[in-house]
Amino acid sequence: MARLPWLGAPSWAISFLVIVELGHFALILAFALSLFQTVVPLWGAHRRMPGWMAAAEPAATLQFLLIGFSFAALTYAFVTSDFSLKIVADNSHTLKPMIYKVTGVWGNHEGSLLLWVLILALFGAMAAWWGGGLTDTLRARVLGVQGAVGAAFLAFLIFTSNPFLRLANPPLNGTDLNPLLQDPGLAFHPPFLYLGYVGLSLTFSFAVAALIEGRVDAAWARWVRPWALAAWVFLTIGIALGSWWAYYELGWGGFWFWDPVENASFMPWLLAVALLHSAIVVEKRESLKAWTILLAILAFGFCLIGAFIVRSGVLTSVHAFANDPERGVYLLAITAFFTGGALTLFAWRAPIMQGRGVFGVVSRESALVANNILLAVSCLVVFVGTIWPLVAELFLDRKLSVGPPFFNIAFTPFMVALAVILPVGSALPWKRAKLRRVVWKVRYVLALAVALGALVWAMQTGRSALGPIGAALGAWLVAGALKDLWERGGKKLSRLRTLPGADWGKAVAHSGLGITMFGVAGLIAWQVEDIRVAQIGETFTVERYEITLKDVREVQGPNYISTMAFLDVSRNGRFVETLTPERRIYPVAGMPTTEAAIRNGVGRDVYLVIGEPQANGGWAVRSFIKPFANWIWAGCIIMALGGAISLGDRRLRVAAGAKKATAGVPAE
Amino acid sequence: MRRYLSVIAICVASAAAAVEPGEVLDDPALEARAREISQGLRCTVCQNESIDESSAPVARDLRLLVRERLVAGDSDAEVMDFIVARYGEFVLLRPSTEGANLLLWLLGPAALVLAVGGVLIGRRRGAAEAPLSAEEEAALAALLAEDGDTKNK
Repeated sequence: MARLPWLGAPSWAISFLVIVELGHFALILAFALSLFQTVVPLWGAHRRMPGWMAAAEPAATLQFLLIGFSFAALTYAFVTSDFSLKIVADNSHTLKPMIYKVTGVWGNHEGSLLLWVLILALFGAMAAWWGGGLTDTLRARVLGVQGAVGAAFLAFLIFTSNPFLRLANPPLNGTDLNPLLQDPGLAFHPPFLYLGYVGLSLTFSFAVAALIEGRVDAAWARWVRPWALAAWVFLTIGIALGSWWAYYELGWGGFWFWDPVENASFMPWLLAVALLHSAIVVEKRESLKAWTILLAILAFGFCLIGAFIVRSGVLTSVHAFANDPERGVYLLAITAFFTGGALTLFAWRAPIMQGRGVFGVVSRESALVANNILLAVSCLVVFVGTIWPLVAELFLDRKLSVGPPFFNIAFTPFMVALAVILPVGSALPWKRAKLRRVVWKVRYVLALAVALGALVWAMQTGRSALGPIGAALGAWLVAGALKDLWERGGKKLSRLRTLPGADWGKAVAHSGLGITMFGVAGLIAWQVEDIRVAQIGETFTVERYEITLKDVREVQGPNYISTMAFLDVSRNGRFVETLTPERRIYPVAGMPTTEAAIRNGVGRDVYLVIGEPQANGGWAVRSFIKPFANWIWAGCIIMALGGAISLGDRRLRVAAGAKKATAGVPAE
Repeated sequence: MRRYLSVIAICVASAAAAVEPGEVLDDPALEARAREISQGLRCTVCQNESIDESSAPVARDLRLLVRERLVAGDSDAEVMDFIVARYGEFVLLRPSTEGANLLLWLLGPAALVLAVGGVLIGRRRGAAEAPLSAEEEAALAALLAEDGDTKNK
């Protein structure tokens, strides 16, 4: 309806045309406002001027509204296929299904950056809305730092990656979104990831504000933990979605490739986990303060490094969709400024933050320190492995690769160690403990894990140790978490319901980790693969399944042409399902994709892929039996659920804790 | 952007066609070794994909070469050396431990040892200084009493 820019169009149509311009204008206003939000509250907090400090909250809210409007305007342009906008012409098409028109808004560099900035503003606004319990200076400083991060990214967006650029000669139709991105799993993968990354910007702002303030106490930790928890929950879901997508879309059922971009999301995740745990120590025991601040800085630092890796193209990766060295330089500058600045501030102010709690070598605190060391070291391994090819090329003049075999060897032991100490560590009391007593407490759990590992070992003759180890670790984690919950509930079923959400969240999240670990080990250890040429009508057997290639047909989709195979799957002679793997061609984007057909099951997936037609008749067919594949993502979702349960509990306690903090600490 | 997409198109989109039925060796043991080796070799045109996963023509040539050498009776290590001699260490997905690469391999374990050692030493030093002043003890007690969930350990 708003396609007619000439004068004869009714005035209401022209008013729609301006929406995009208004969105552009709102974005520029938001940038100006973010500068205001940075300078005024920080200066106000420095000089103790209540009026200036109070300006932070409306500024944060207004910034969110402006960027929200801008985002809505861009979405409107995508939905109405306004090809006079460059990114719409480059990434959309009139025939594209509506849902992918909407998700196409962030299926490109500029739009995804606008989403990033929107979420940044959202977190800033939430901190303003729910920051009532914070001291005035801390709140002003948190919002000021958040405003500074926002200003940097808004400048980057407006000056190097403006999504609102018009084309002088709009094409009649667009060139379509990358077909790989036209998928429900991937469509919602970026928003969750960004909620995670950007959520960590708020913990970063809290850390920097605390450094400026020169005070870190239990109240601070109570404030930071829910944000860290929320960011981690979203990051977990985002990573799981990406991994699930890779599993069904890429056509051979891999779920993790140690690709630079995956690593870019995994490093902040590892540090967010460490941060969650160390913040508990600050909250309960007033120890590990400086370390927690450092983690909060580094977690967001790795998000920035990740953004640099993904968007600059220095480490070209399978799914970096926006590579541009110039943008890379700008992002590197943002990364260096915020991470470097915060670390400098940290080096200067950290000595002020004296821990109070003293704890024994065997104690909950020590176990959490071990957790943090293992997570931080594993993050370091991932980081060095990711950038090593770059380092080798720049400084050693060697062109080399660091791929999955390296990470599997160098990273996995730390995770195994983490899983081994987890159930013991989480059962240890604070301050001082007797290791023997705690190990005695979990003796049945240990026995169960060892027995299960041995059983699996006996059932699978002559295969790798991975399966049994995975089964034992999974059982150890899940049973350990349940046992811990049972102990906390005073070994009474009725008391379990009244346990705080934090206890439930902990047990659920730790169980989720066990389930994921088992799924990963089981899938790798017991996968069965079959590659063959099948004639139409031919039946072949893979493990306990008989598969018949019934037919292969051309099918027309909304914006693609599909070659669809029809395969009947039976198990032990009983019909299960007809699966239809496809090969699609998206003519506009000029790209083929494979769509595997998967029969999902609790114990195993049947995963079928149709390949090329063969010269002498028949089709290449790849069949996989993938045991326990779904456990990987189910475990991730359970982990995230644990985080959410814990968050539900936190909210009440945060409010209570914050009130106490304001009552106890007179305003400066 | 388009150029990258076309690379992705070759490498990812039709990955299902990676190992073609015609390439598979008759001897399952030999084929299993070929797959294992293929998973450790990088496709030279794709980003971060092994030749086992890649559907690029180069990857196919390499897969056939690996199988040829295996049929000729080479050991796994000999096959690897043969490929690296031709294509350089770039194709090794598991980098060698030679020279500066040792740093890459040892960094994790070294960091672990340093961190644990640092914490233990720091603890001992901290313990010597740590006894709280009466004032601090009082503050701590007040804080703990204030913290509603201390009973929750």
